[in-house]
Amino acid sequence: MVSEVLDIAVRLVVIVVVFLALPLVVGQMEHKAMAHMQSRLGPMYAGRFHGWAQLIADGVKFVQKEDVIPAAADRRVFALAPAVALVPYLVVLVVIPVGPGLFGVDLDAGLFFVLAVMGVGVLGAIMAGWASANKYSMLGGMRAAAQLVSYELPLVLAASSVAMAAGTLSLNGIVEQWRWWWLPWQAIGGVVFFVAGLAELRRPPFDMPIAESEIIMGPMTEYTGLRFALFMLAEYAGIVVLSALTTVLFLGGWHGPLLPGPVWTLLKVLALAFVVIWVRVSYPRLREDQLQKLAWVGLVPLALLQLALTGVVKLAL
Amino acid sequence: MNGYFSSYLTVAVLLAIGLAVVSGALLVNRLLRPHRPTPEKLLTYECGVDPVGEGWAQSQVRYYVFTYLYVVFAVDAVFLFPWATIFAAPGFGVATLVEMFVFLAFIALGILYAWRKRVLTWT
Repeated sequence: MVSEVLDIAVRLVVIVVVFLALPLVVGQMEHKAMAHMQSRLGPMYAGRFHGWAQLIADGVKFVQKEDVIPAAADRRVFALAPAVALVPYLVVLVVIPVGPGLFGVDLDAGLFFVLAVMGVGVLGAIMAGWASANKYSMLGGMRAAAQLVSYELPLVLAASSVAMAAGTLSLNGIVEQWRWWWLPWQAIGGVVFFVAGLAELRRPPFDMPIAESEIIMGPMTEYTGLRFALFMLAEYAGIVVLSALTTVLFLGGWHGPLLPGPVWTLLKVLALAFVVIWVRVSYPRLREDQLQKLAWVGLVPLALLQLALTGVVKLAL
Repeated sequence: MNGYFSSYLTVAVLLAIGLAVVSGALLVNRLLRPHRPTPEKLLTYECGVDPVGEGWAQSQVRYYVFTYLYVVFAVDAVFLFPWATIFAAPGFGVATLVEMFVFLAFIALGILYAWRKRVLTWT
């Protein structure tokens, strides 16, 4: 009994450490990769070696900043919103397997759990948009809500295609079932899932809700100091979670030659996170109607096609 | 304690840890930060000019149609998950596949209807 509790405690500690460290790695990667793609150097001073400590310095700065809550705001919802945006991404990590037997818990309804909890993260942005009592925030929150409802459907359909292929909803079970030829078989679903996930995270080119050049960060307009930093952390934690989920569902998780399983998982997650950054640098922002159209006319039909393909191939085997 | 509830207990513990991390960070913030509110500082931000009207102003919400679409389809999609785990099990076979195509046709028809009704075009 004691060893069981200890075992779970160790797993939880590892999850929390990963949750706090990986988003910073991705953030630093974004600083540097973006800078070099734009022919700049990016942060170079903090920590001496290529500015590796820049985000830690940012954190130290944020924690000392005054916490300004506008007089017009709905104080309680305003204060709660960053936590609602951040904590779901931590909770999702508990079911993601990084190696054979290496996961927080193996829930029977893992895939369903993940999709449900990830949806909660977007509520943080909607709450912030409403509670700020600011016109820009309001617009941003409304756009975030519209984006959530439009992109949740392709996300769910693409994910259920994998569940059909594996015959289980447990993420660990899905990775165990995975074979290399799932890559071409589930390719459409993988792309749909990743793109819809990007949209759900409100990352460029789907950053209409936060569009800093027109509605000044949307839901985050009125946020300062640490609460703003929590929103930023949530964004990068979201990238980690989306990359990890795409890895587990579509890229075979820990499967790979030569290297040990967890290393493969980490490599795949970081490669996908790099793609997220790359896409941000490469594409201009989609307009709100283009964004809605892409979801309903583009991604949903593609996801349905993938479902049909999965069903036919699975029964033909 | 059986396995089903104990696995969700772990999830609950992690949720508690998450809340503790956030509130711990905010507590440290409270100890370290200055607190000097002024009326100007607490004013709603509107690009530097005094705010006009209030933030919760009424506006036309064009996105409500998408919410309808979403509710219709998401409720359908939820039923996919239990079905997905057993459709290839022995004894089901072709009949379940045909059912899936009926299901897909319903969703596709719904989107086609919305598209024909010009719901998806911006006015």
